[in-house]
Amino acid sequence: MSGSPPSRPVIDVRDLRTHLVTRWGTVKAVDGVSFTVAEGETLGLVGESGSGKSMTCLSLLRLVPRPAARILGGQVWLDGEDLLTKSEAEMRRIRGRRIAMILQDPMSSLNPVFSIGMQMREAVGLYHGLRGRGLAARTAELLAAVRIPSPAERLRAFPHQLSGGTRQRVVGAMAIAAPPRLLIADEPTTSLDLTIQAQYLGLLEELQERHRLALVFVTHNLGIVARICDRVAVMYAGRIVEMGPVRRLFTRPAHPYSRALLESIPRLGAPAARLTAIEGQPPDLARLPAGCAFAPRCASVMERCRVEAPPETVVEAGHVTRCWLEAPGAGATAAGRA
Amino acid sequence: MSALLEVEALTKHFPVRRGLLGRATGLVRAVDGVSFTIDAGTTLGLVGESGCGKTTTSKLVLGLERPTAGAIRFQDEDVLALDRAQLRRYRRAVQAVFQDPYASLDPRMRVGTIVAEPLVINERLDRAARRRRVLELLDLVSLPARAADLFPHEFSGGQRQRVAIARALALSPRLVVLDEPVSALDVSIRAQILNLLRDLQQRLGVSYLFIAHDLAAVAHMSHTIAVMYLGQIVEWGPADLMAREPRHPYTQALFAAALPIDFDTPRAEPAVSGEVPSPLRPPDGCRFHPRCPHAMPHCATDPPALRPHAGRQVACHLY
Amino acid sequence: MPAEPAAVTLPEVDVAAAAARRGWRLPMFPVVVIGLFMMVAVAAPLLGLPDPTAQALRDRFKPPAWQEAGSWTHPLGTDRLGRDLLSRIVWGARVSLAAGVLTVLVASAFGAAVGLTAGYYGGRVDAVLMRVTDATMSFPVILLALILAVTVGPSFANVVTAIAVILWARYARVIRGQVLTLMQLDFVAQARIAGAGAWRIITRHLLPNTLGTLLVLVTLQIGYVIIVEASLSFLGAGIPPPTPAWGSMIAEGRDFVTSAWWVSLFPGLAILLVVLAFNLLGDWLRDTFDPKLRQL
Repeated sequence: MSGSPPSRPVIDVRDLRTHLVTRWGTVKAVDGVSFTVAEGETLGLVGESGSGKSMTCLSLLRLVPRPAARILGGQVWLDGEDLLTKSEAEMRRIRGRRIAMILQDPMSSLNPVFSIGMQMREAVGLYHGLRGRGLAARTAELLAAVRIPSPAERLRAFPHQLSGGTRQRVVGAMAIAAPPRLLIADEPTTSLDLTIQAQYLGLLEELQERHRLALVFVTHNLGIVARICDRVAVMYAGRIVEMGPVRRLFTRPAHPYSRALLESIPRLGAPAARLTAIEGQPPDLARLPAGCAFAPRCASVMERCRVEAPPETVVEAGHVTRCWLEAPGAGATAAGRA
Repeated sequence: MSALLEVEALTKHFPVRRGLLGRATGLVRAVDGVSFTIDAGTTLGLVGESGCGKTTTSKLVLGLERPTAGAIRFQDEDVLALDRAQLRRYRRAVQAVFQDPYASLDPRMRVGTIVAEPLVINERLDRAARRRRVLELLDLVSLPARAADLFPHEFSGGQRQRVAIARALALSPRLVVLDEPVSALDVSIRAQILNLLRDLQQRLGVSYLFIAHDLAAVAHMSHTIAVMYLGQIVEWGPADLMAREPRHPYTQALFAAALPIDFDTPRAEPAVSGEVPSPLRPPDGCRFHPRCPHAMPHCATDPPALRPHAGRQVACHLY
Repeated sequence: MPAEPAAVTLPEVDVAAAAARRGWRLPMFPVVVIGLFMMVAVAAPLLGLPDPTAQALRDRFKPPAWQEAGSWTHPLGTDRLGRDLLSRIVWGARVSLAAGVLTVLVASAFGAAVGLTAGYYGGRVDAVLMRVTDATMSFPVILLALILAVTVGPSFANVVTAIAVILWARYARVIRGQVLTLMQLDFVAQARIAGAGAWRIITRHLLPNTLGTLLVLVTLQIGYVIIVEASLSFLGAGIPPPTPAWGSMIAEGRDFVTSAWWVSLFPGLAILLVVLAFNLLGDWLRDTFDPKLRQL
């Protein structure tokens, strides 16, 4: 976590739209998502299943599952180049080298029939054009960078011989091999034990510091967000409903969903009172209601919310939300609360 | 008041078999001398990381596995010495809700049939009486009566867990084993289900054995917490005490790693390094000593016993 | 009493709309062909066809109706002994379909039982049953049928027995595999926790969840059995004359393929059509079978 001076962001996403065609209809998986991440900054992407956070990440890499999913519009500026205008060949050169991604399940990220040394050499050799002894040295270096003990021996091991935490470190090592400008981590610690998770998060911070990475961390665990993220974007039904600095959003959430989420999570050390549950069910993405997608479950819903989707409003510098409560003239509508 | 469930020196070893003849070449000490009690109407939270033995413990309590050694006493009766008829009664009194809402309901049966199944197996009710009871149970978990005629795949994850809870309550059990009941659910739904479980406990006086890796949820739901490591209990005591002031180094590491959303306390560095050793070859002496930041020479040779200290029980040479 | 309002509302399910959305279409070709053959086979005695075993040596080797020397009294011609080919094919359908259906029913029932038992109990029971299954699967069907034909004499019963006795192993293997997967799922443990015994778990929980696979397998195997039966009849080890059977009909026309080609061709076409239809139906079932369709 560091307070880097404002500069051109590493990644600048503007109005990204990705649709998914399912047999129940067209799903707006990513519906006008915009955010930026600067060098050395960590953006947390928070949301539940169906919120669009994973699809957003895949869209950045242009890896959405074809032909059902299609990126319909928007811009993804990586260091001043719009990725959505690149050819597939150009994207292949960018993936892994300039943008890397770590996924949740390390076992399926690694090929079970090859040793991790072979897999790493493939990636590292590709990025740096190294061979032979230089390649072996660099690979061992990478394993040491992710704090794997006796790296030279571990290179000969196969994925199933390693523990979950170690596998995830190997995946991390491959991800920073280039090193990339942007690292996307999609729930990398969900399958790890608590104490291992703590170690891994420390490792990610260290790697980010060393390589000045922009980091997008996707999770549903707000505790992790509080620990390692600088800013956080809360997603719901394909849209970012609130985004801002972590501390601010957690202490003074502007959107009812963020607020409800924070109130519904059991906190260590808080009195064991009744949890404030969020009513209703996660939205059916193929049949979204008109207006704000959260309206059916919102405790502060107004008539307007059911009819019109709220635009992005600035609550404070660096803190935005999509909610009619915060929109200009909100005070006047208080009387119209449903 | 004597406890509802008493577990004493419970042990379960799994032999590792190799070769054509299946000779036992090693022993997985999944559960190694575990003791705890659960009082009526209370919740015991069981926490630990992979390989600690909490799932095996729950299977032993449910009677899905037979212990290698040790005793289980339910309402003062020795469970392991029960004959078939008595075992049936035990089964009715101890039920379970598992983690995966998509695997715990038979996809080919309607919800009404699923919830009624324990009744069909264990009680002699006629159809009408069964139907009434099923509707009662669905109401208890806030599902509409119409749900009884639908199939599991027509429900969301949270709703399916409600069905699973309704089924678990069908026989009016005294103890329900909850094995990660909300981990597979969306965050916004978890609070609903946890609230429901607490309400049911207050209403029906049922006890819970609550197993989860979300420490905050466990602390919220439990009256007592027991922490397991490599098949043994290293600390157990009242939930709020354990959460506020853990004493065992492993418990401290666990709670530190649980990442409370608290910006004011300085962030502690992960206190514990390394991986959990394999239960095939647990370290000698105190099983935690290779990773313990406070390890002393004799920790490697003398296994510490659970001793009372500061309102709880700890197994550590520091105390 | 703490109030938890019915936070759960269930969506209305419009069954007709759902079906229309899914486009549940039956595969026409297999269904028509199989339906046709089934109906014809069942109604054979009522169709007013000439006696399939009646010999009329004056009418031997009459070609099909659209040929020069043919006539519509024998639409597909006659064979070496003057017997009407169409009638023989219809009556042969009875034999082939009966053999096919009966054999797979017997084999699948027995095989599924073995598979369920092996998968449920595991351990030694599983090991023993699977060794028996493996040994059975490796025995050639035709050889067994020939042995039976030679020792006990060829008959319909022998054909069904010979094939079923070996075919069940295939079902046992597949069903056991599925049961092993099902056993991992929590609802089986839940049934046990509710107090269910082996019988209830196997019949109420495991079996219904394997029916889909069973149905697909049965459909695909009927075609196989029909071919085996035809092969056996062709070799003379199957259904004995004078009962018409497609395989023996092909054998009878073997020597006249160039001159009286219709004697072998039409029974061969019949086999082709029926087997193809069953295979296509089996494929379709495999692609679409889904427990979610049960409600429709």
